[in-house]
Amino acid sequence: MEATSGQPRKTPLYEAHRSLGARMIDFGGWLMPVQYATGIIDEHQATRRAVGLFDVCHMGEVHFRGPRATDAVQRLVTGNIGALPNGHAAYVVACYPDGGIVDDLIVYRFERDHILIVVNAANVAKDVAWFRDNVGTWCEVTDASDETGLLAFQGPLAAQALQPLTDAPLASLKHHDFLPTATVAGVPVTIARTGYTAEDGFELFAPTAEIPRLWSALLEAAAGAGGKPVGLGARDTLRLEGRLSLYGNDLTNQTTPLEAGLGWVVKFEAGEFIGKQALLKQRAEGLSRKLAGFVMVGRGIARHGYPIVDEAGARIGEVTSGGPGPTVGKNIGLGYVPAAKAEPGTRLVVDCRGKMIDAEVVKGAFYRRAV
Amino acid sequence: MSGSYPNDLLYTKDHEWARVDGKVATIGVTRFAVDQLGDVTQVDLPKEGESMSQGDVFGSVESVKAVSDLFAPLTGKVVKVNSPLSESPEYVNEDPYDEGWMIQVEFTKPDELKSLLDADAYQEFLRESAE
Repeated sequence: MEATSGQPRKTPLYEAHRSLGARMIDFGGWLMPVQYATGIIDEHQATRRAVGLFDVCHMGEVHFRGPRATDAVQRLVTGNIGALPNGHAAYVVACYPDGGIVDDLIVYRFERDHILIVVNAANVAKDVAWFRDNVGTWCEVTDASDETGLLAFQGPLAAQALQPLTDAPLASLKHHDFLPTATVAGVPVTIARTGYTAEDGFELFAPTAEIPRLWSALLEAAAGAGGKPVGLGARDTLRLEGRLSLYGNDLTNQTTPLEAGLGWVVKFEAGEFIGKQALLKQRAEGLSRKLAGFVMVGRGIARHGYPIVDEAGARIGEVTSGGPGPTVGKNIGLGYVPAAKAEPGTRLVVDCRGKMIDAEVVKGAFYRRAV
Repeated sequence: MSGSYPNDLLYTKDHEWARVDGKVATIGVTRFAVDQLGDVTQVDLPKEGESMSQGDVFGSVESVKAVSDLFAPLTGKVVKVNSPLSESPEYVNEDPYDEGWMIQVEFTKPDELKSLLDADAYQEFLRESAE
């Protein structure tokens, strides 16, 4: 759904959240639940252990339709969309000509002539304008955010809890596959095996008017599996443990995907895309800074915006995301530092409101699910 | 929820409480503060012997989402710190008026007690703030 200026908007589940004891906050122009009655840590653990249900109706859905839809999306994003099979999704970014990031996106290829891109809530208007400016007459760009709702059903028990509600063969739906048309609890949906929690799970697209009915059925299914509704607070701790980037924090128009550790989503061989020349140049010249993942060694919690300093106290970077990692049992974070300081094992110092707290760079995700 | 704000405590508009016993006040944060903070994951407190003036920042509380300062309700010297909170910060959520207490202060300006709110006035303040 699309945010507009002025009063924050409500998803179709606003009343449902209130009745579940949610605390609501303004996020990206939307009134969203930050947590329900039992709190962020409990919701985080329920998702890691069983299943969590998330209202992500604030996200935007943009359709590309026309004979050259694949070519158009290929030009906009860093992934290899030509090689993406129908019924498959890919995580990519869209860049500006200078390599800065417009947004991070999930691209769902329905057919060669129909592609869906899911965009961040706060970026819907910006992204749609950017897409339209750059696809020309190659295809139609339709912002379906208002009429499309999105729920995420995430956790190790997600498949087993969802299967009784649908005839769709979930077992044959692999990671990043999706079924364009299916029915869940009597509601017409698109089911994708995608998510933002570092767990197995699904994202279900449905018409906005059907979202309350779908939510009720999924809430019951979650409860039956020992799960619960989960707010944005735990969504953030879950994604941070999985080292999944957050646009606006870890990714901005001032950072490139190479600096952000997203080189794996940049497919230089795929063809021409906006930003390619700048990224090739940056790759050839070497990176001056990188996004490092770190664990706090001393007693302190790094937060977005805290300075990262060297032994002498000179500022060398900034924390972009940080907080407690309830499953990893450590305080964790991400931040941009000079490339030489981004090597695993490097000691960093985070200025936590005037207290200098040691941290250590670690490799890869803080949490990986058992496969 | 009358039990949320015990009558034997004094309160600040920054959502600390003080339980006065002779010259010593035990200090913590209120149920309202705890509900706003969510899960507390770290509490940073001063050391015994440190002095503070009314309104000073004497420590901080980290929740999953954010960090919040603690403000001294009274002027005085810290005589005791609830050290178990460093290992078990969840006491602040579970029992803010008892096991979740933070520091004890020997206060030196008894007149400052008059500037604190009683339970009724604090709840009235919360109602006004919500409007």
